[in-house]
Amino acid sequence: MASLRPLSRGPFLLLLIFFVFSLSLLRPIQGNGGSDGGGGGEEFSEELLLKPLPDRKVLAHFHFRSAAPPSAANGRHHHLFPKAIAQLVQKFQIRELELSFTQGRWNYERWGGSDPISTRNAKPPGVELWALFDLPTEEIDPTWKNLTHALSGLFCASINFLESPTAYSSPYWGFLSNNGNLRYGALPREAVCTENLTPWLKILPCRDKAGIASLLYRPSIYKGYYHSQRLRLLSSESKGIILEQTLTVVLQPNSYTSSLLSSSDAQLQPSWSLSQLFKKEMTGKCVLAKSSKIFLELERGLLEKIVEIRDDSWSNSFFDLFPSPDREIKELENSNGQVGSSLYEYKVDNSNENKPLDVGITWKLPLVWSSVHAPFQASRFLMGSGNERGSIAISLQSTQTHDQYFGDLNDCTVPVIVLQVVPWYVKVYYHTLQISIDGKPQTLSDVIEKIQVTPSEDKLLPGTLEIMLRFPCSMLSATLSLDFDKGFLHIDEYPPDANQGFDIPSALVTFPNIYSSRSYPDYDVSDDSSLLHNLQEKYLVRSYTEVLLVPLTTPDFSMPYNVITFTCTVLALYFGSLLNVLRRRIGEEERLLAKKDSARPGLVPLLFSRLSSKLKGRKLLLKVVFVALVAVVWHYFLNSS
Amino acid sequence: MAGERGEEGGEEGDPNLKKRAHAARSRLIVRLGAFLVSHSALVSVVCCVAGFITLFLLPVLAKHTYISENALMPGSANPLFSSQDVNEANRFIKGIIHKRIEKEEAGIELQKFIGQSIADVGAEVHYHKFSPHTNHFNPLHFFSSTSNTARIDTNNSCASFGVNTVGIIRAPRGDGKEAIVLVSPYNSQNMEYNEALSLGLAFSVFSLLSKVTWLAKDIVWLAADSRFGEYNSVSSWLNDYHNPIFSRDSGNLDSISNDCHHWNEIRIQGANSNFFKRAGTMAAALVFKVMEKKEKGDRDCLTMYAEASNGQMPNLDLLNIVHYLAVHRQGLRVKIETMGSLLNSAWVKFTGEILEGVSRLSKSLNPQWKFDVTTADYVEGAATLASSMYYQALGVPTGSHGAFRDYQIDAVTLEFLPRFYLRNENAQSTFLLRSGRLIEGVVRSVNNLLEKFHQSFFLYFLTAPNKFVSVGVYMIAFALLVAPLPIVAAALFARAKANEITTDDCAEKCTPIDTKESEIATGSWKWLQAAKVLLMIHSWAVIVSLLPYYISHMINLNSTMSMLTWVSLSISTLPFLYALFGSPFSLNVEWELLKAVMVATISIGLGLMSIINFSTAQIGAMLLVPMSLLVHPLKAKMNVNALLRAALLTCNIAFAFLGFPPVALLVAKGLSEGFGKLSIGDFWEWMEFLWEWNSATYLYLLWVQLPCWLLCIHILLHPCSRGDSRHKQ
Repeated sequence: MASLRPLSRGPFLLLLIFFVFSLSLLRPIQGNGGSDGGGGGEEFSEELLLKPLPDRKVLAHFHFRSAAPPSAANGRHHHLFPKAIAQLVQKFQIRELELSFTQGRWNYERWGGSDPISTRNAKPPGVELWALFDLPTEEIDPTWKNLTHALSGLFCASINFLESPTAYSSPYWGFLSNNGNLRYGALPREAVCTENLTPWLKILPCRDKAGIASLLYRPSIYKGYYHSQRLRLLSSESKGIILEQTLTVVLQPNSYTSSLLSSSDAQLQPSWSLSQLFKKEMTGKCVLAKSSKIFLELERGLLEKIVEIRDDSWSNSFFDLFPSPDREIKELENSNGQVGSSLYEYKVDNSNENKPLDVGITWKLPLVWSSVHAPFQASRFLMGSGNERGSIAISLQSTQTHDQYFGDLNDCTVPVIVLQVVPWYVKVYYHTLQISIDGKPQTLSDVIEKIQVTPSEDKLLPGTLEIMLRFPCSMLSATLSLDFDKGFLHIDEYPPDANQGFDIPSALVTFPNIYSSRSYPDYDVSDDSSLLHNLQEKYLVRSYTEVLLVPLTTPDFSMPYNVITFTCTVLALYFGSLLNVLRRRIGEEERLLAKKDSARPGLVPLLFSRLSSKLKGRKLLLKVVFVALVAVVWHYFLNSS
Repeated sequence: MAGERGEEGGEEGDPNLKKRAHAARSRLIVRLGAFLVSHSALVSVVCCVAGFITLFLLPVLAKHTYISENALMPGSANPLFSSQDVNEANRFIKGIIHKRIEKEEAGIELQKFIGQSIADVGAEVHYHKFSPHTNHFNPLHFFSSTSNTARIDTNNSCASFGVNTVGIIRAPRGDGKEAIVLVSPYNSQNMEYNEALSLGLAFSVFSLLSKVTWLAKDIVWLAADSRFGEYNSVSSWLNDYHNPIFSRDSGNLDSISNDCHHWNEIRIQGANSNFFKRAGTMAAALVFKVMEKKEKGDRDCLTMYAEASNGQMPNLDLLNIVHYLAVHRQGLRVKIETMGSLLNSAWVKFTGEILEGVSRLSKSLNPQWKFDVTTADYVEGAATLASSMYYQALGVPTGSHGAFRDYQIDAVTLEFLPRFYLRNENAQSTFLLRSGRLIEGVVRSVNNLLEKFHQSFFLYFLTAPNKFVSVGVYMIAFALLVAPLPIVAAALFARAKANEITTDDCAEKCTPIDTKESEIATGSWKWLQAAKVLLMIHSWAVIVSLLPYYISHMINLNSTMSMLTWVSLSISTLPFLYALFGSPFSLNVEWELLKAVMVATISIGLGLMSIINFSTAQIGAMLLVPMSLLVHPLKAKMNVNALLRAALLTCNIAFAFLGFPPVALLVAKGLSEGFGKLSIGDFWEWMEFLWEWNSATYLYLLWVQLPCWLLCIHILLHPCSRGDSRHKQ
């Protein structure tokens, strides 16, 4: 019977397998058919934006976009869209999510602070994660915890440290307006490396085997001055899931002149090309991508200088772009026909193994320009010294670009939102908030429009300060300062390298009235470049401040050993004397003493007599002498040999 | 309680006492204490002698330094500083010299040149202007973190501002939480060639660091304008870095300097170069300067200065990496300050010879005992240790690195002494190469640090650049010196009490009528009288310590006059206090009680001071402890032989002479510099120096040493009439 069993079940199993298989085959076909009818199925597009920066560096912005239609039409299976991400969205009911891994700092002064690239891709060092959930309020916190664990598994990072309620906060309007379903957390100390990039690349349909991602040669992209790898998810009932993966790097082109050009020489920008920058060649697109393009952007500041000569904008006396672009897309500047930035488009389709696409720029004459700044540059620093207290100061310096943003300087005000999350061991006294504008202290009610404070709770909750300020447009500098006390941590709450100090994550400064966007009149919707689409979207101008390092009192971690020794000694003494007292009979002792008293010797003679009485046995004395002799003989024997 | 056993021999017959003695016998610890107290004279002699011997043994007990923090890894990477950077430095030096010659009255041309060079390298630059600080004595501001300096607002011309140039390299992949500071002081008004050299050195290192890819911490270069003193410029920059004032009142620095056209020039040059730029928490700071050497040596020299205010030292690891890289990588000779007068002193040499003899003896007994001393080593070690202790005890920083320590930043000053005449191009290049590589190496090491300096010692004396005495060792000498004080105090108190009991017995027998007042005067609360005297003298000392504040406000007083005023005022307040509280002689305080109370306060004072500044307490203890232990009224009778008595008397008088702070200073100064140049004003100048630098030594001298000395004088001159009369009774 036993041997017959599998035989009898065999056909059924086969049938079952066939059934399942056919179902799974059918579904994608269905999905595809459905999406075709709806006007777009799963899509993937890859784009790269290159931009020379004023300080002789180059910005490379990789932009990958995958879209999946609404899940109802698609079921559980996908052609291109990464399943892991889709599952994540479904399981945790994510409406919006952004995860960024950043190494290095974005230099707002030199690389710009208000263009769409910098406002979106300038992120604080370390890991930053925020998510909007489509869940009832009480389920959000547990979901967030699960999400952090899932992400940390997915991206090989310790994002799970954001699980603890002391690590994340839920800002109400300081980050994004929401109804309590936003969670925001940052891990400034997280180191970013290839182990985070590899899983990120695995999400792409071609990985880094083909297409634009094949440029990502690890040694060259990790040598950069800024490296920010970002993942952004948007999901809605109508549009499905959209996954945007961007990698922004700032690289220093290797130029032979850099060593010769030291100080007084003309500052000729280094010439570069794709193959030089990345040490890899662009040999064709990812076949799964709907569009695969490379853009080269020249900033407004740069073009303004060239326009004066009325030359060809990509091949002129200052520089040459090579090869010549397939298309030039000009930005429309809103007011009085000013020059805007320009995008030069290259299609990757035309390239192959034999004819790699090597976009580059050759400089012929030195040119100095500056990037577009945000109206104020934010920086944050600690004040005071010592292990007891200190203050955090956020200072805003005007970049002298009023005319760009505000028309009339008189009677004009600019709102600024500051979001500051402070860990609980930095005990901020919010009532000590002081604001001064141009060196004059202000009454808070004049400047503050809106304020929301979530005070920290020890070991439970970080403090969150959301504050909307209104500054006069003509202001040169403003400073906010908050005093804090440094708390004490429990011994097991210290991280392994506690003596470095503790981080306060970056504060976020948002300018709610100022949007960064480009408008390209030449752009048509059929073009379907997601990068261009993104650049045209309106996005608030934001800037992150520095991460701060607060030195806290750290115990000497070898101390527990000493403490144990001391405690044991004290306990021994205590119990010894306690026992002594307990087993003592004072009356009897006094009687004994009275008896003995007549012939009581002093302490020294007593000790002496005891010692001598012990030594009185001649055997013992002999033993001691013998041992000593043996020791001496042994010692000399050892020394002489 | 404690003292009974000492008196037991004399009181054998009293049953009451015997019972109490039995009660005291019950605990071993009490018995031991009582034993110590009863043999207080022996204990104090043994402890004091042992304390002095340990102190003289410290150079022998010094250990070799070692790099404690593994992350530092000094010298593990090849230096990148090359001849190209030397060329850079040379070009910079030429540029600076050119600028100096070009414009006789420099203005801020130099700062602009430095700023331009920093900007060309690709780093951020900003100018920090500051006004000179004058240190005012403010008695209430000791130990407070806010600086007690006041800005001069009266002199508003452009010339009264210094301008520091600050360059910041942002670490390419760093997170900007920490920074390493390089400081090169120079005088913008009257620049010497060696200052140009140190600026050139700093610039070449800075420009190299702006190109390297391994930086994890930001680099800050402070070209400190030392026209108002090196320390001043650095400390005002640090103060603005850590405690900026956002809202200034009218008549502030900005509005004043706006009138100054030099300043406006800078403002035009760079829109952002006036905003104070910061770079995170400072991990360490290196101050370096090149000095001109007169005589020729065989190797380039490097002198390290580490002492900051009130005896604080940077972490030993910082000195270790400097020493390691300088000696083992760059072949420099590293020195630290030594007390020159001790190098030739005969008695140090004599001690060294004795120790050498002992070491030879011990070697012959057992060659494995590592007790190996040579006279030369000992003398060298002792001289270095003495200077290390002296500078710590003085509580005044030995350079601008001291300003960093006030903000808990480890800092050290490196003073380079090139072997050749500076303008020798060839020698200058090799010198620049070496020192540049050294600085690069140190920066690289500190850059490796994950945590702040915490592994190695903070409390130590140096006996050689690579030898140190840690706190655990040098504490022994101090502990031995201070240990007899409470014992002697207890013994004296007990003896006074015993005396009182005998007199009480007497009183009962002789005069049955006992008034209440006499009971207070003679009862068990009698020590309160002594405490009252003590309190009075201490309050006098406080008044004396505050007097200089008022004297310094009087104009047109030279140091001698100030000193004389101070002394005369101090002396004249004493009778006034006597009149108020009653003089110690009229209060009929027994000298033994007075001494007991004094000894107790000395032990408290020294203990407190050892926490604030150990070296001061150590040196003070060497003087105070023998003085206070030996003091004995001149008139009191002693039942010892004449020789001992004479010795005691001379010791007493000698200590009473030496214990007076001004005399101690003058003698010390006379011994080191010769007695010819001494004047009374020296002490005043010294004191002025101490309080300008907020040194706690000033407080120690006037609040501990001076009152104790005065009490000792009181005890010496004690009439002893009552005790004698009682004895007669």
